[in-house]
Amino acid sequence: MLGRILQMLIKEFLQLRRNRNAQINLIVPPLIQLLIFGYAATYEVYHVSTAVVDFDHSQESRELISRFTSNGRFDLVEQPPNRHRIRDLIDRSDAAVAIQVNPQFAENLRKGQTASVQVIVDGTNSNTALIALGYIDQIATRFAEDYQNDRLNRIAPQYRLLMPSVQMVERPWYNPDLNSKWFFVPGIIGSLTLMTIVNLTAFAVVREREIGTLEQILVTPIRPVEFILGKTAPFFLIGLIQVVLIALVGTLWFQVPFRGSVLVMLLGSSLFLVSTLAVGLLISTLCSTQQQAFASSFFFLTPAFTLSGFAFPIASMPPAMQWLTYLDPLRYYLVVLRGTFLKGTGLSILWPQMLAMTILGTALLTISVLRFRKSLD
Amino acid sequence: MSWSRLIAMARKELIQIRRDPRSLLIALLMPIIMMVLLGYGVSLDAKHIAVYAYDQEGSQDSQALLKHFQASQYFDLVKTVSNYRQLTRAIDSDRCKLGVVIPYDFSKTLRDSGRASVQVIVDGTDDNTANLAMDYARAVIVAYSGAVQLDWMGRQGLAALASSAPISVEARTWFNEDLESRNFIIPGIIALVMALVGALLTSLTISREWERGTMEQLISTPVTAREVMLGKLAPYFGIGMADAVLCFVMGVWWFGVPFRGTILALFLTTTLFLIVILGIGFMISAAIKNQLGASIIALLVTLMPTSMLSGYMFPIDQMPAAVRAITYIVSSRYYVTALKAIFLKGAGIEALAEPLIALTLYAGVVGFFAMRAFKKNLG
Repeated sequence: MLGRILQMLIKEFLQLRRNRNAQINLIVPPLIQLLIFGYAATYEVYHVSTAVVDFDHSQESRELISRFTSNGRFDLVEQPPNRHRIRDLIDRSDAAVAIQVNPQFAENLRKGQTASVQVIVDGTNSNTALIALGYIDQIATRFAEDYQNDRLNRIAPQYRLLMPSVQMVERPWYNPDLNSKWFFVPGIIGSLTLMTIVNLTAFAVVREREIGTLEQILVTPIRPVEFILGKTAPFFLIGLIQVVLIALVGTLWFQVPFRGSVLVMLLGSSLFLVSTLAVGLLISTLCSTQQQAFASSFFFLTPAFTLSGFAFPIASMPPAMQWLTYLDPLRYYLVVLRGTFLKGTGLSILWPQMLAMTILGTALLTISVLRFRKSLD
Repeated sequence: MSWSRLIAMARKELIQIRRDPRSLLIALLMPIIMMVLLGYGVSLDAKHIAVYAYDQEGSQDSQALLKHFQASQYFDLVKTVSNYRQLTRAIDSDRCKLGVVIPYDFSKTLRDSGRASVQVIVDGTDDNTANLAMDYARAVIVAYSGAVQLDWMGRQGLAALASSAPISVEARTWFNEDLESRNFIIPGIIALVMALVGALLTSLTISREWERGTMEQLISTPVTAREVMLGKLAPYFGIGMADAVLCFVMGVWWFGVPFRGTILALFLTTTLFLIVILGIGFMISAAIKNQLGASIIALLVTLMPTSMLSGYMFPIDQMPAAVRAITYIVSSRYYVTALKAIFLKGAGIEALAEPLIALTLYAGVVGFFAMRAFKKNLG
């Protein structure tokens, strides 16, 4: 049996060696995607194009405006003379935020009344808008606090030191600068591996069927299980190599820290690869042409990406969808990847994910082997 | 060019599509699945963030602060722990996102020296959620701090000072008033679905003929290269349009995404983008003779840029300059910009001049090169 599997392995590697295109396809597209995605995917918000209208022209209003424009989050693009111009700027996406300091801003402040600042945000990109509003609030609060302290200092200096206040000390763990790359790069390992391996496996088997070489193999004494093992083992290896390659680029090029154990990461990767191979095999049993295989793989891949927590937090999904995520092997693998990269967690924390991937992988593999056998008859 | 040959070619392709009902089904089901998944599944906003509290003091003041957290719609105070180890473990195993640590001398500092501090530990792994969680936590603490100050000023006889908050920020959001992630994602999905159709269906149409050896048969007939191209693409154009309509109907009527623009603007941009995508698919198909290779390259030049570089999800202006420069050669960038403007801003044809011109240019260039690649391979 081992001899036959070995022969099968040799055949697969020979095929791969003959196919220069396939070799390039295995390395270049994932690398390009990693590089582009690593740079393009970001939730960070800097340099928001901002228009400022100052109707007050007081020292206070200028002070407030300079606080907005001096911290790197907001870039002043224009100081329009009136409100119509604001509408225009935002309509044409030349400004995403407009800050308008109302007349009598300073007067109200001095009188101890509430001075108002109007902020208009282009909500088209809801996330950027939300984050930008957060920064605006933060800046305004800080300004108000300082002003209050100042005033107290002038009116009743003896109280100033006594005035109570509660400060928040921020401690973002594992990603102190809240760098989006640190969040996405480990995730890219999972998604790219999933996509490559599912497609490769599905295509490899369907191709043999389509060009008729599957029959030739089946007349040899090889058994279905041996065929499957021989067929999938190379892809398992390719998958592991890809994981290591992307992880290396991620840590060396993108400077994402790797704090956990390489062994735990590789164990998680191996368990994950079993599931992906099984899915690829399953798709191959359902399809007779490569085009079908290609299209069907998307039926699996799209939900797998969306539900994995790769870009959209699972906790914000409706409950029914959250339940579905438990069927997604990528969901568990991403926890393992982010855990080993950023948190440095080990098996004592990650065992539920490992267990879930083992169960999912075994179940998927059983189904696909059974189906594969039937599709051969 | 003969119309009858062209129609015959289109019919041949249609029969082939019909014989493979699964691919057709996929092309029509895909938009529905993507709409449902992304429409329901995508929310970048965070509500009910799980919070663990480590109240070292356990005083009236610290409890009052925790009550503020509990009252916020953004936080669920799940558990109170009694040491850092438990908190670390909870964050490590994703049981909570945020930990509030109130120091043992909280109320004493508040009384004596005024400035008390609360430590807010947040799991930074997901930087976006972390950012929002910190914003919300800051708002809770500022509100609490304000309440404490008001109370204190009242007792000190400084009530006049405490009359009102010094400044108020009146924020108005335009175009997407409730800041729904859905409204911002769904218009872009149309582009994604069409890129997928281009990649999935068109990219294999020529390479399949090569691989099966039917291309030689096709060449031996009097049909010209241009007729083959247009005839083969026509059915896919129909499928792409059907997908666009499906997405539009679901987005507007099911998910309630506002549609403020005109159908004409939507139709024009969609037609142009579809021509571009189909042309790219055809070009790849003509240039690469095996299906696996064609599919991988097709994904790389259609779906990947559409999902990463079009601004459908990740804002282009936040990308580094080099990547931003690349987005200018990504056709879907123009389409997604146009889609968002049409849906949310109600932009008309004149406001869409830039994307329309870019897409028209693109369609011409892609059509030309697709034709050339195909002819060259025939010769």
